Amino acid sequence: MEFTDDQVMRYSRHIILPEVGGKGQEKIAQAKVFIIGAGGLGCPVGFYLTAAGVGTIAMIDNDDVEMSNLQRQIAHRVDTIGMPKVESARNTFQALNPDVNIIALRQRISKHDILDLIKDYDVIVDGSDNFPTRYLVNDACVMARKPLVSGAILRFEGQVTTIIPGEGPCYRCLFEEPPPAGLVPSCQEAGVLGVLPGVIGGLQATEVLKIILQKGELLKGELLIYSALKTTFRKVKVPKNASCPVCGDTPTITELLDYDEDYCSLR
Amino acid sequence: MERKTVHKHIDIKGLVCPYTFVKSKLAIEGMEIGQVLEILLDSEEASNNIPKSMVDHGHTVLNVEKINDTDWLLLIRKEKE
Repeated sequence: MEFTDDQVMRYSRHIILPEVGGKGQEKIAQAKVFIIGAGGLGCPVGFYLTAAGVGTIAMIDNDDVEMSNLQRQIAHRVDTIGMPKVESARNTFQALNPDVNIIALRQRISKHDILDLIKDYDVIVDGSDNFPTRYLVNDACVMARKPLVSGAILRFEGQVTTIIPGEGPCYRCLFEEPPPAGLVPSCQEAGVLGVLPGVIGGLQATEVLKIILQKGELLKGELLIYSALKTTFRKVKVPKNASCPVCGDTPTITELLDYDEDYCSLR
Repeated sequence: MERKTVHKHIDIKGLVCPYTFVKSKLAIEGMEIGQVLEILLDSEEASNNIPKSMVDHGHTVLNVEKINDTDWLLLIRKEKE
């Protein structure tokens, strides 16, 4: 690929890195990433991947921007309140880097369309805020054998893991079933430090770039837990579960389930 | 000095760091292992930095020569992808 002068300048700090170079930057430019959620996590992930020059970034989210989002959802602004989050984010990202093709999908992802939506993408990022979506995305990525970078945040704590179907464990190896409704509070009920999704989203975007570049060691088979209050990172090993209902030796979940849409009050 | 075969020549006069190295690196990436890149430049800083960075990247610096009041000519052999 021939870089324009602007691209040479824009990506110069990548091109200088031995692990990236012009060839790595070309891989980034050809990559297609699908981000679920344009909220706390989706914003920084999309922001950094846009800056990095990922060729195509799709974002899916059904919500509109609200004032209460602006404390942490850094792609949105006062003047985009009321606008669909995916459009608000697309405006921001396109202004940052016109090289990137941003696809804004204003809809709720469901078992009926997820496999079709993700089929042309190289890496899937889960920045959703509820368990039904989290399990839907996990199961779909295992079935479609798509790498999934999963992140979650609450209060002062966040977690990240990278799921490579066929190689490492999946989310159900870690937590076989979603917790009962109401057991785990939502951000809306429990609060979240505004910077926290920046840390976790930054880690997710890093994992995505490493998958694209095929460099370094992924958080495969490991759950990284960050405590903002203690300033600690803990890595917990997650073994692959041979009897996992979706990625085990004899899976019992072979098609997408009826994930409870009314699982929690959080949109 | 023995005359080396040059497989590719780039003129990066007028550029400053880090674009001097970025352009040199992009040029060498497109070459085959064992081939020699000739770089014409007019930045003294880059005449020191490019050879250092090329060695860091595993390549061999065959020659660094000041050819007139303003310009340098570097010869770099590509050693790895």
